[in-house]
Amino acid sequence: MFGIEDKYVSMVYLLCVASSLLCVVYGLINWNRGEEAAREEDIRWAKEEKEVE
Amino acid sequence: MLAQAVGVAEILVVLLYLFLVVFLGWLGWRRTKSAADYLIAGREIHPFVMAMSYGATFISTSAIVGFGGVAGMFGMSLLWLTFLNIFVGIFIAFVFLGGPTRRMGHTLQAHTFPELLGRRYQSKFLQVFAGLLIFLFIPLYAAAVLIGGCEFIATKFGIDYNVALLVFSVIIAAYVVMGGLKGVMYSDALQGSIMFVGMLILLLWTYGKLGGVSEAHAGLTEMGKMPSLFGSIGFKGWTAMPEFGWGDAKYDLWWIVVSTITLGVGIGVLAQPQLGVRFMTVKSKRELNRAVLVGGIFILVMTGVAFTVGSLSNLYFYEHEVITGKVVGTTDKVGVIAKKERGLVKKVPCALLHIDTTGDGEADINIVKAGHDVTTPDGKTIPFSKLMPAAEVKELADGTAEIRPRANAYLRALVKTGDGEWMFNTGSIIPTFVTRAMPGWFGLLFLVTLLSAAMSTLSSQFHAVGTSIGRDVYEQVTGKHGKSIGVTRVGIIVGIVIAVLISNYARGGYIIARATAIFFGLCASAFLPAFIGGLFWKRMTRPAAIASMVTGFGITAFWLLFVKAKEAVAIGLVKGSILAEHPNWPVVDPIVVALPISALVAIAVALATKPPAQDHLDRCFK
Repeated sequence: MFGIEDKYVSMVYLLCVASSLLCVVYGLINWNRGEEAAREEDIRWAKEEKEVE
Repeated sequence: MLAQAVGVAEILVVLLYLFLVVFLGWLGWRRTKSAADYLIAGREIHPFVMAMSYGATFISTSAIVGFGGVAGMFGMSLLWLTFLNIFVGIFIAFVFLGGPTRRMGHTLQAHTFPELLGRRYQSKFLQVFAGLLIFLFIPLYAAAVLIGGCEFIATKFGIDYNVALLVFSVIIAAYVVMGGLKGVMYSDALQGSIMFVGMLILLLWTYGKLGGVSEAHAGLTEMGKMPSLFGSIGFKGWTAMPEFGWGDAKYDLWWIVVSTITLGVGIGVLAQPQLGVRFMTVKSKRELNRAVLVGGIFILVMTGVAFTVGSLSNLYFYEHEVITGKVVGTTDKVGVIAKKERGLVKKVPCALLHIDTTGDGEADINIVKAGHDVTTPDGKTIPFSKLMPAAEVKELADGTAEIRPRANAYLRALVKTGDGEWMFNTGSIIPTFVTRAMPGWFGLLFLVTLLSAAMSTLSSQFHAVGTSIGRDVYEQVTGKHGKSIGVTRVGIIVGIVIAVLISNYARGGYIIARATAIFFGLCASAFLPAFIGGLFWKRMTRPAAIASMVTGFGITAFWLLFVKAKEAVAIGLVKGSILAEHPNWPVVDPIVVALPISALVAIAVALATKPPAQDHLDRCFK
């Protein structure tokens, strides 16, 4: 495939592209996920920091 | 003299680049005034900046020049490391480790990786021990990065390696000391962007020059069928995996590629102290999710390109390279160093051609003209004349010549050492390819790409060196909390000096990749069980963390000192591996043995000791 005869090297060539695509898809699906949780956590952490201060 | 060799345009571009980097560093520094401010401001870091900063810190000249050169020698089997870099170093790290690290770092108010371990296990010893390991061993990894940058500067400008090391070290030291620490993430994002563009152009240009993707791969596959210097250790071509098996020297290459190059670095990334702290600098889990997208593409373009182009450089040197110039000298027979390890030197007898391409009468390119056969004491003939195809020289009417080196990448990376000896130097493969195959303007862009790759990694490495000796060792041992800035700065300077000294003495024998793999493997074996156990397993105890860390370090040290042949001979306590009689063991990386044992020790000791106090666990996992 693509001029590479060795199946393990062909496979890893595809795996590199596939794992990169996995990262892209994961990032897009979760782009806004947890926004509310992030906001709540922000408020809670800010409160904790004030208490520590 | 340096200005003459380098040229005004190059100096101006480098100065403009340095100005931009320092300006961004200053912008970041203006917003932060203390270590605590650094982290609080950091929690506002944009996901693009965070991902690029992580990527630029992760990928250095070690990956591009060092491992790219190893790919030039051993081929595309190194792409297994690219796969692990993306899947483990980005996907697993960000999706599964990033969130818990960030949360626990906040709840325990930890600012450094050793501090996170120390506070999770309520152990001063753990923090000090981890801090000492980082302080002692990061300079080895930093040296690998420095060597990678210097190899390119020396090749590109035709200046002496030691002069390149001096210039490069001064630039790096000034950057690190003048405030590259506090504004580092903004500078990293700029540097990561430059690296991305540079490597993308390198890939597209290389495939274009070699006739397209399939044509280039098919040509390289065909070339791999020729006899090779590495055939006896299992090399089967640049587009094939080495021969797999156990119990015979012909399987050595498979174990080198898979255990040292792939596993050593591919798994070790999870426990890198300078990368772990990056997770503590983002605002929320959402930012980590977004950073996965940027990181996945960035790492593919960085290491994927370096390893692919490194492999394809063989085809360029063998079929496409034509050198036009005047042959100003020949060396009929000289031993070229193929392996040099503290007293053990293996040389290949060659004839050399010395070519002047600039017209100043001095040879600026040196290539192998042909190999000479050797008869060993036991009567065997090593057919170097067949293993090293002869260069083709076509005399032209004007007294110059057209020379086709017909060499593979390893044989083309011929350099003269400081001692005046000739050596095949893996670290010179990518620099030679860029200098010879790419247009002049790209050499300039690639110089800035490598400066970016080196500076972004080195600044974080020396930051980790400084904080480990200042915050993790000095403050813990003396009890003088918050008063370690002076010690931190001295630590950074000591770290830089050690790294430069190592860079000065170590060159050749794919040292860049080996030094990197040693540090990554050590981090995995010593830190990973305690780190993963601490994040996910409430039953993990302080004695278990200490036992696994000491075991991981102890086995790694023993393996490097006595078993792994290249390192054991270089360190010099033994003259060869103590397992030299048993094939393959002397090339197996310590991580294969040390990590499973340290993980088992962690589990066994944790189950045999008293669980941590519930109120402490509640705080850790809040």
